[in-house]
Amino acid sequence: MEIVDYVNYWIAMLLLVTGLFIVIARGNLVKKLVGLGIFQTSVYLIYISPAKILGATAPIIAPGYTLYSNPLPHVLILTAIVVGVATIALGLALVVRIHEAFGTIEEDAINALAQGDDVE
Amino acid sequence: MIALQLPALQVLLPLAAAPLCLLARRSGAAWALALATGWAVFAVAVALMLQVAGSGPISYAMGGWAPPWGIEYRVDAANAFVLVLVSGVGALAVTYARESLARKIAREQHALFWTAYLLCLGGLLGVTVTGDAFNVFVFLEISSLATYILIAMGRDRRALYASYQYLIMGTIGATFIVIGVGLLYLMTGTLNIVDLAGRIGDASLARPKLAALAFLTVGISLKLALFPLHLWLPNAYAYAPSVATAFLAATATKVAVYLLLRFGFGVFGHSQVFSRLPLGEVLLVLSIGAMFVASVVAIYQADVKRLFAYSSVAQIGYITLGASLASQTGLTASIVHLFNHAVTKGAIFLLLGCVALRVGQPTIERIAGLGRRMPWTSAGLVIGGLSLIGVPGTAGFVSKWYLVLAALERGWWWLAALILLSSLLAVVYVWRVVESCYFREPSPRLAQAPEAPASMLIPALALAAACVYFGLSTGFSVGGAAAAAASLLQALP
Amino acid sequence: MTATSLAQLALLVPLAGALLIAALGRWPNLRETATLATAAALFAIVASLLPAVLAGERPEAVLATMLPGLTLALRVEPLGMLFAAVASLLWIVNSVYSIGYMRANGEHKQTRFYVCFALSLAATMGIAFAGNLLTLFLFYEALTLATYPLVTHHGTEAAKRGGRTYLGLLIGTSIAFLLLAILWTWQLAGTLEFRPGGILAGRAPDALIAVLLALYMFGIGKAALMPFHRWLPAAMVAPTPVSALLHAVAVVKAGVFSVVKVIVYVFGVDTLAAIDGVQWLPWVAGFTIVAASVVALRSDNLKRRLAYSTVSQLSYVVLAAALLTPLSVLAAALHIAVHAFSKITLFFAAGAIYTAAHKTEVSQLAGIGRRMPLTMTAFAVGALSLIGVPPMAGFLSKWYMMGGAFEAGCWAAAAVLAISTLLNAAYFLPIVHAAFFRAETAAPAHEHGEAPWPMLLAMAASAAATIALAASPDTALALAGALTEH
Repeated sequence: MEIVDYVNYWIAMLLLVTGLFIVIARGNLVKKLVGLGIFQTSVYLIYISPAKILGATAPIIAPGYTLYSNPLPHVLILTAIVVGVATIALGLALVVRIHEAFGTIEEDAINALAQGDDVE
Repeated sequence: MIALQLPALQVLLPLAAAPLCLLARRSGAAWALALATGWAVFAVAVALMLQVAGSGPISYAMGGWAPPWGIEYRVDAANAFVLVLVSGVGALAVTYARESLARKIAREQHALFWTAYLLCLGGLLGVTVTGDAFNVFVFLEISSLATYILIAMGRDRRALYASYQYLIMGTIGATFIVIGVGLLYLMTGTLNIVDLAGRIGDASLARPKLAALAFLTVGISLKLALFPLHLWLPNAYAYAPSVATAFLAATATKVAVYLLLRFGFGVFGHSQVFSRLPLGEVLLVLSIGAMFVASVVAIYQADVKRLFAYSSVAQIGYITLGASLASQTGLTASIVHLFNHAVTKGAIFLLLGCVALRVGQPTIERIAGLGRRMPWTSAGLVIGGLSLIGVPGTAGFVSKWYLVLAALERGWWWLAALILLSSLLAVVYVWRVVESCYFREPSPRLAQAPEAPASMLIPALALAAACVYFGLSTGFSVGGAAAAAASLLQALP
Repeated sequence: MTATSLAQLALLVPLAGALLIAALGRWPNLRETATLATAAALFAIVASLLPAVLAGERPEAVLATMLPGLTLALRVEPLGMLFAAVASLLWIVNSVYSIGYMRANGEHKQTRFYVCFALSLAATMGIAFAGNLLTLFLFYEALTLATYPLVTHHGTEAAKRGGRTYLGLLIGTSIAFLLLAILWTWQLAGTLEFRPGGILAGRAPDALIAVLLALYMFGIGKAALMPFHRWLPAAMVAPTPVSALLHAVAVVKAGVFSVVKVIVYVFGVDTLAAIDGVQWLPWVAGFTIVAASVVALRSDNLKRRLAYSTVSQLSYVVLAAALLTPLSVLAAALHIAVHAFSKITLFFAAGAIYTAAHKTEVSQLAGIGRRMPLTMTAFAVGALSLIGVPPMAGFLSKWYMMGGAFEAGCWAAAAVLAISTLLNAAYFLPIVHAAFFRAETAAPAHEHGEAPWPMLLAMAASAAATIALAASPDTALALAGALTEH
């Protein structure tokens, strides 16, 4: 039952593809950011899944603790989460500014307006 | 004592100065701080390069944690060369920026601009200097986030949208890189690049290795705007403030190229990547696509900044083409063009900043008669253009020389012919600009315009002069590139 | 002063002259004095190199190391000496002419004109004294770029179009073919030096050498081998002094000079003669000679007729060099000088007619010999020389060329020479005849006599030189003859 064994990875891949699809297929700038968030989150799973070992503890070197989880991926993903939050925050801020400047957050409408700027 | 801490200072100086700029708030003070930091960073980079040339690669254990457990900063001939390039252009752009910012960006935003600028510089230097794969991602995101801010500061409202598009594409690219790094970590249990290179040779891991390579290549290619992943670049370059465009065009894509070379040659090893996996062929085809398609698109641009942005995509094609040949000559061509193109495009975009000061967003229409009104600026543009074409006596010629030579070494005369034919397309787009500058009556906006202030013109022309200098005296550029190529090729079989 | 530093000076003097001219732009008289002084100084320098070169010295100088193992270097050898001497001598004459022409026609941007002229001459000297292919290529491209502002001097739509053709063809062929050939040579031979006997001998299979020859011949677009000749008529939009010096002397001669240099010093005459697959070159050159002559015959515009005549005459040089015999190579070198003196005279006359009578078409020239007898006499001298009538210089080079054709046993080449002589006569003599022996068809729009005196003086000097070259050809022959003996 490979699918069950690798269920984490299947879910991660599903999220990855879903997120990417939303980014590409949606015209609404906020929805695109939502997709981007899902896409990034899937990567967190890819990192964490192999590091977490069922029944294992944090790596505390003391008698009685023999099975450790790998702490490094957790820490790495902590960093990645921070980066992700910053990215989404910046993206949303940009969307606010775009809304002020163009009066819309729909890709097609913005493209049309931007083309109008070109002709000017 | 300081000499031992140089690798850390390289990154620490700009990162520490960035919040200070924010605290300074005043435009003048922030600029002065950025200026001092920029040149200090350049001095550090030069010192590092001399050290490497004198006594070989430097390994610096961040925080005293020995590699491969701690984060290692590692400087060898390859990244020392890139560090000098990035910090040099960075410093020159700050020197140039004062007047340009004063006229183009609201005064209260200046401190913010310099904060973002220094973060971007620090991030790019960090990507280059670090020897840790995950650290690469962190620094890449620092520089990218700062870049989005810099682009969004452009006056045109399209700058905001360009920045947003870049944010989406850039984040996808960075995430792909993280996935690639993650796969590498899963296979080897290490993040240190040298350590990775030593452990990854195990052939039983063929499939995950292929996946990791694919994710890394696609991710980095997005960052370096490899055709056809370049769609974010033209608008970002066209609408960002002139200073930011010049700085990014000269550095950001170049650092990404360095990253590609580092992973391709320094982690996977060229025999792996280019003999067993078809990366060479893929890069070759895409590079040729870039050289031709982007050049043709450039010919039809009405906006001069966008024209040269597409030209950048085409020129990046030459850089990756050299890498795809995976020989000492090819890699030298790639790295020397990375340098020469940075100098050339830096000069062109700084000069376009001078033009933008007088006419606003520079279009082919608006620069009509530029040769008469701003003779120095347009002369500099012509020199930059000639270097893009690869006329002998300019930096571009030297790169093309090595590139064609690398193709001929392989016995691929058809590739040599394609390289030279594609540079004829550059003649066409450069000459559209030249004809507009010299064969038309000045547009109304230009009628009264004087030259740009000396504080802008001198750094810009200095870079233009460097295009000629590095075309005639190639000791530094070719010497540095050849050493870098050798160190990358020797890293692994 | 040593010969080496003289060679370097020959490069520096016109460059310094360009700066001086630019600085003196506000004072036309001083500016023109600077031009003349620079030209005179350059000729004095080149002339003082002559004895040493005739004595067998080959002064060398390294200017810079451009790439590892590749230098920018000068090396004065006989052919370059001949080219440099002709170009620098005619620069003086042409400067005198330019001053008359530019002032009489009230041309704009005269400072830029003189500056670019000096830069073009600097590039020409660089080509003439180039010590290796890379240096030659560098100055070759520099010459294209320095002459571009001269070709497009008028700044009109027509000038822009002409400039596009000019630049497109010259840069296009040089990058696409010539640079590829140079790089390939470097890859095969490991050197780009000019060596007597060539550097490619035994380094490449015959077929590859044939391909390289094609790349070189068509890559040197300045030699105007068909089908890459169109830039030359396009360049005729330039003011006449430009057409005269650059498109009769410096630029086109740089082309055929490079052709001869490549054949003699890169391939080696003996190497090429031993190879099958290079015999197409005389045919292409022969075709160009005849075809361009026919086009010239059908052109009513005087400058266009002269331009096509140049295309045809340039292929004489290529044809002669391609015959690969000592006598024909000598003829090729000699014809570079001969055609320079003759053609510049013709262009001077065309410019004088334009300045004095505002006429540009051949059909308008009936009876003009009575108003401008000196001009038309000079024109006749130039025309007769190019037809090859003794005692003009043209006879000399054609004589050796015929000799070379017989030596090579190439009857087709001899036939081409004979046919083209008839064609030359057919497109030049009617002009002279109409000018002197026919009545004016209509009274000119305004009364006019000869052109201003500086132009007449220049014309007389170049016409006299055409005859003098035939009268005492020893120096030119010595230089041309030294080319094939090693």
